Formats: sequence, structure tokens, C-alpha cells
Amino acid sequence: MITKTQEPLIFEKSVSGRIGCNLPVADTPEVDLSEAVGPVRKEVVWPEIGELDMLRHFTNLSRINYGIEVGFYPLGSCTMKYNPKINERTAGLSGFTNTHPMQPEATAKGFLEVYASCMDILRELTGFDEITMQPVAGAHGEMTCLMIIKAYHESHGEGEKRKYVLCPDSAHGTNPASAARCGYDVKTIPTGADGNTDIAALKAMLNDEVAAFMVTNPSTLGLFEPNISEICRLVHEVGGQVFCDGANMNAMVGTTRPGDHGFDCMHLNLHKTFSTPHGGGGPGCGAIGLKSHLEPFIPGPAIKRGEDGEPYLDRNRPLSVGRVSGFFGQSLMAVRALTYLLAYGKQGMSAISRYSVLNANYVKARLKGVLPAAHDRPCMHECVLTAKEYKKLGVRALDLSKRLIDYGFHPPTNYFPLIVPEAFMIEPTETETKETLDKFCDALIAICEEARSEPDKLHDAPFTAIVGRLDEAAAVKNLDVRWTPASTADVAG
Amino acid sequence: MAVPGDLKYTKSHEWVRVDGDVATIGITDHAQSELGDVVFVDLPTPGRMLSAGDSFGTVESVKTVSDLYSPVGGEVTEVNETLGARPEQVNEAPYEGGWLVRVRMADDGELGGLMDANAYESTLEG
Repeated sequence: MITKTQEPLIFEKSVSGRIGCNLPVADTPEVDLSEAVGPVRKEVVWPEIGELDMLRHFTNLSRINYGIEVGFYPLGSCTMKYNPKINERTAGLSGFTNTHPMQPEATAKGFLEVYASCMDILRELTGFDEITMQPVAGAHGEMTCLMIIKAYHESHGEGEKRKYVLCPDSAHGTNPASAARCGYDVKTIPTGADGNTDIAALKAMLNDEVAAFMVTNPSTLGLFEPNISEICRLVHEVGGQVFCDGANMNAMVGTTRPGDHGFDCMHLNLHKTFSTPHGGGGPGCGAIGLKSHLEPFIPGPAIKRGEDGEPYLDRNRPLSVGRVSGFFGQSLMAVRALTYLLAYGKQGMSAISRYSVLNANYVKARLKGVLPAAHDRPCMHECVLTAKEYKKLGVRALDLSKRLIDYGFHPPTNYFPLIVPEAFMIEPTETETKETLDKFCDALIAICEEARSEPDKLHDAPFTAIVGRLDEAAAVKNLDVRWTPASTADVAG
Repeated sequence: MAVPGDLKYTKSHEWVRVDGDVATIGITDHAQSELGDVVFVDLPTPGRMLSAGDSFGTVESVKTVSDLYSPVGGEVTEVNETLGARPEQVNEAPYEGGWLVRVRMADDGELGGLMDANAYESTLEG
């Protein structure tokens, strides 16, 4: 049994004069730093600590951390799947880690081949003609698609005319944000009672001023949009482009392809769907796929295959929207994603989507009696349930989620999508066993029972974590992330 | 949920209190309850002209950021400056200390398109 205790900040453990390692005596002349580099901040405090205490500090922090390697992490819309260790092994090979982005292209053909192979497979999986892996996050990929769509309209002399981007009311907030960032006005399309896009409302908003429709499929309600090809046709009819938010690609891998549905472009989160690291901010890769008519506008330099099949850097991109990140994006993500794709192989690929959909439907079915689905129909890779029944007992979705921490699980996503009251969004992913899903469902059923018998108790949960219920409002209003020494005596030197 | 009888309401959960040609606007008890703890309110500068249905600001809670829509058109004459330091008034007293803006109405006929307390309350059921 690990007893969890608050770990002090490393600065609070600092004692003046302690050192973690002995540096060799300098054999070069001493230089006055402020003369060499200009004004030097004097108030900067560094922790002074021995190696063992430093090691204990970080080990203790890791023990109070929660991640996919500690337990189940059903955070909806986030695809917190297991990232196989073999990914790290290949990404750690010295041939990759010692490559410099500015070394001559001819000396980095192996790395270019990794990119090109990864792009070949992603092209086949998505049904698009072109892939670029330069964007470094999902929202970055969305924005890059919007920049490309804008450049496409401008190349037809329609840049001024097309000023609207349409998004469903269930969209991730990043969709309207990306559109606004690209200078578009955003209009919202309502979702019908069945959970699908309201086609009549969409038709009413479509005209030749629409630049694009951004839609997540499967939607953030965890439902496949059955009218997607008709939607794409309607948008194309008025000259608009259709962007697929690939947040939910895990439901489709190896089973169906957005490029075949009629989309013009999409983004992929390699850090979700293709098992590159996700927690702690990645680093991510928001690769995008595009149909050939958008290819001239992709960020440069583009990684292409020559007629001989050899990969090369195409720097002659006169219509390109320009670079969207330094060099080629997060290069080691290409190594990890390719490793993952090759490990599954073409035959195994559809198991990703089949098992992720099966797991989500299993959880949905097991919880039906306590947390019904917002839409009673088969879900895709995640299920959106509603805890609205508990509201009259004074228990909110957040209270149920916080109590899950006491049972050893990471809470699911709450209050998203915004159109579902007291939303409880669970995405198990394909990498969880039935035993884990059963334990999770048993815990949630027990918590819902607690909500009926002792509703007040849940307001203070969690009880076993090192900190209890946080005052989120105070945290937002009085954000303080800077440590300040208690007194000047604490300042070393 | 409190729904005072002397106010007018919108489908998007704003309320209006009319005093002569001045409309005081806020969000309803139901809205603040759905939003959760309000941490920031972004309000317009007095003098701004609004049409009915225009977004005049945003309210940010620990859960989400929502647009605020003006139930009536006219000129913004006053905003609730005290929400800068104490946005929680929107939760604590949505119909009193948590009011958002005052608008000098251009056309009080627009009030006819709003709901009374009974009609608004019935939209909250189910």
C-alpha cells in the first residue's frame, strides 16, 4: 500500500550550499556573465539539493501522478489508449535522435523514408490523396486545413465572397476558434433530436458565401453521421469545402475512410489515434489529409516520393500557405506512429475500430440502468451518457466523476458536448480488457447508488486523493502558479 | 429555480427588467445553475448600439464560455462594473446584484416577442 502524501516543491527542500554533483574545476578563464550577455537577473532562485533527495522528489511526484500506465483513463474525446513501448524503442534509435533538421537532405534519406512510409499508410487509411505531418497539434491541423481552404478559395477569386464557416452546435470549441483565427465568421448548425446534423437547418444556411463546413464524424455525441455523404454533396453544391475533424478517427480506422465519404480534408491526431504520447501535452502531431485539389496549398517543404519511389523534399511550392511549424513538425512522432501502424499491420488495423466501438457499447449497455445514453442508439468509440436524473437529488455529473477518483479511476469527460445536460462522456479505447471495464462499471453503479442514499457525501469527494475537492472557481479567478520564497532568508546566495 | 413573475425572458436564458425605456438585462437562475461557478464576465463598453439577438458579451464559468444575447435593441447605457471583482454575484443573485447591462431601448415593441415567467418556466421542464 502506497501512502500518498503531499510532496513539497523542490524549492521548499532547498538548503543553501547543498549540491547534487561536483562540476570539474574550470580550465578556461572566468568571464563576467553580465559583461558577456548583458544584464543578468539576480533574483532567480535555483533549488540546492543533493542527488538522492532530488531523485526522491521526482519519484514521489510520479507516485501521485495518474496516467494510463497506472489505471483506466476513460476521458471522452481524448482517446487515452495505451502507447506501446516498442514505439519508444524505435524513436530512441540513435539514427533518429542524432539527426539534425538542417543536415543535408541526402544524409537523412532514412528519416524521410519513415515520413513517406507513414504518410503512405495514412493516405490509404483515410482515403485522401495527400498528407502533411507538419502541424504539431489537433487544433493546429484544423487551422492548417482552414488556411488551405482559404488559399483555395482565394485562388479562385472567391476569397472575399466566402466569409462564413459552419460548425455544428456539438463541435469541439477548437473548430470555431480555428475558423475565427483564419478570419471567418462562424455560424452554428443545430443538432436534431436524433443526434444527427439538422439537414434542413444546414440547407437553409448554405449559400455561395460559405467557405467551409467543419464537422466531426463520428460526432462528439459518439454517433456516426449517417447523412455524411449527402451533407458533403450539399456543401459542394454551393462551392464550399468540407473539413472532417478527425478527433474521433479511432472509430473508423481500417473500417471506413473519410476520404470516401466526400470530405475535402481532415486532421488526424497521431497522439490519439496512432498511439504517440498524449499526456503532458505530447508533443503532438496533427497530421492532415487532403484531396488533390488542395495539394498545391499545403505547407512546404513537402515530403514527396519521386518517380523512382525515393522520398525527397519538394521546396518549389509557389501556392503554399507557408510553414506552419519549425522544420517538419515533431519528427519522432512519425517514427512512433509508423512503428504502431506496422506493428498492427494492414490485417490488424480494423481491430482498432472494432474493439474501440465494442468497448464503448459494452460500457453503455452495462450503465444503462444508472446513467442512460443521451441518444438511445448504438454508439461508436465513445458513449455520451446523461446524469440529469441525479440533479434533483442535488448531485451533479461532476460529483459522480470526482467520486470515481476514490475508486481508483480517472474521471470521464463531463459537460461536453454542451448540448447534453449533465454530460458524462466515456471513451474506453480498444486497449482495455473486459475485466477493467467491468470494474469501472461496477464502481460507477455503486457511486450512483451512493448518490441516492447519501447525496451530500458526494459533494466533498474525492476523499482518498492527496487533495480533496478543489475550488475550481478560485483557481481560475486567483491563478497563482509562481512560487515565492517565504522570506529573504530562503533565497540562496 | 427562481423565475420572478415581473420579468421577461428569452429562450437563451436572459431576463429583462423594464423601467421606462431602460431594460436591465441578466441571466436567469436556471442559466447560472447550468453554467456552474462564474469566474469572468466580459461586458460591452457603454455607448455600444445593439440589435435584438446580438451577442453583447460572454460569461465564463468553470465549465464553459457562453455568449450573452441581447433580448432587445438599443444603446448600452451602463454595465455592472462590480462583476469585474465579484463575478460570483451572477451565481449568488442572478436577478439582483448579478445584473449585466442596461440598455436604452430603441423599440419597446420588441418586448412583445419575449416570454413571460410562465412561458419561460415551461421551457425548463423535461
